[in-house]
Amino acid sequence: MPDHDHAHDHDHAVSEGNALRAEALESLLVEKGVVTTAAIDAVIRRYEQDLGPMNGAKVVARAWVDPAYRERLLRDAWSAIAELGLARGGAPLVVVENAPGIQNVVVCTLCSCYPAALLGISPSWYKDPAYRSRVVREPRKVLAEFGLELGEDVEIRVWDSSAELRYMVLPERSPGSEAMTEDELASLVTRDSLIGVARAKAPGSDAPGARRG
Amino acid sequence: MAEPRIPPVLDLEGPAAPPQRNGELVFDAVWEGRLFGLTMALHEAGRFEWEEFRARLIAEIAHWERQHDSTERWSFYERWEAALEGLLADKGLCPREELDGREGVLAARAPGHDH
Repeated sequence: MPDHDHAHDHDHAVSEGNALRAEALESLLVEKGVVTTAAIDAVIRRYEQDLGPMNGAKVVARAWVDPAYRERLLRDAWSAIAELGLARGGAPLVVVENAPGIQNVVVCTLCSCYPAALLGISPSWYKDPAYRSRVVREPRKVLAEFGLELGEDVEIRVWDSSAELRYMVLPERSPGSEAMTEDELASLVTRDSLIGVARAKAPGSDAPGARRG
Repeated sequence: MAEPRIPPVLDLEGPAAPPQRNGELVFDAVWEGRLFGLTMALHEAGRFEWEEFRARLIAEIAHWERQHDSTERWSFYERWEAALEGLLADKGLCPREELDGREGVLAARAPGHDH
């Protein structure tokens, strides 16, 4: 790779130039009172911590411990989600429930519709044309590639999201999680389990169902 | 005090979609994250409509692509910065001359200030 180091140094210098420009912009705007440093810090914290699959995980953990809540969630998803103090998303949402012998999986065959308010920003494979077409045609094979091996007796239901209707999967509660608190349960719920390409994590396991993305 | 605004819906695909990895936003350098936070904070404070910024960002990216070929170094947040800078200048919130001046002052700091 000729000039690799040179190119790297150059990129580094350009990035430092950009950093300076961005720093100048922030410092001027703060000085002018257009924005505060605290407001910027708060926004960054929110995007780092609060978005992402955490909201969806909270909803699932509540549904696992509270059967009446689960009923409400399956009947009218956004109203049940709002009960937890979470913001409603734009498009209507349906929560589809896994059960022994039933695995739900979500796709958007047309583009990449995705309930971002609950699941954060979608993984790159969700937008991949191969996932979008293949999961409809050969879902069992695609799920196996994600590490989710399902027997022939398991029915796979594929839900196609659109701008008018989005889906989130309610995964089955992990075996061995009976003694866990709601917060602990939420930590078992991965983004992939909410899309339906993985199970919720097992207690004490650090390996999420799938790590692709 | 106005109600805080609902955060904008970020594009998940298309030219204005920020770089992502494993479902999360990716910042390759600290300044990119600061710039993202600054932009969101300005929007939430009602300084501009999200669509105004988004249209600028798409235009900046398209402009860059017309001027450069794919072998040249590409930075999504450099385009983001250009879009924000232009929008704030047009709104009179941060004139470019002042920004140039401040950048010069910061550049003149003793080397190694941030190491």
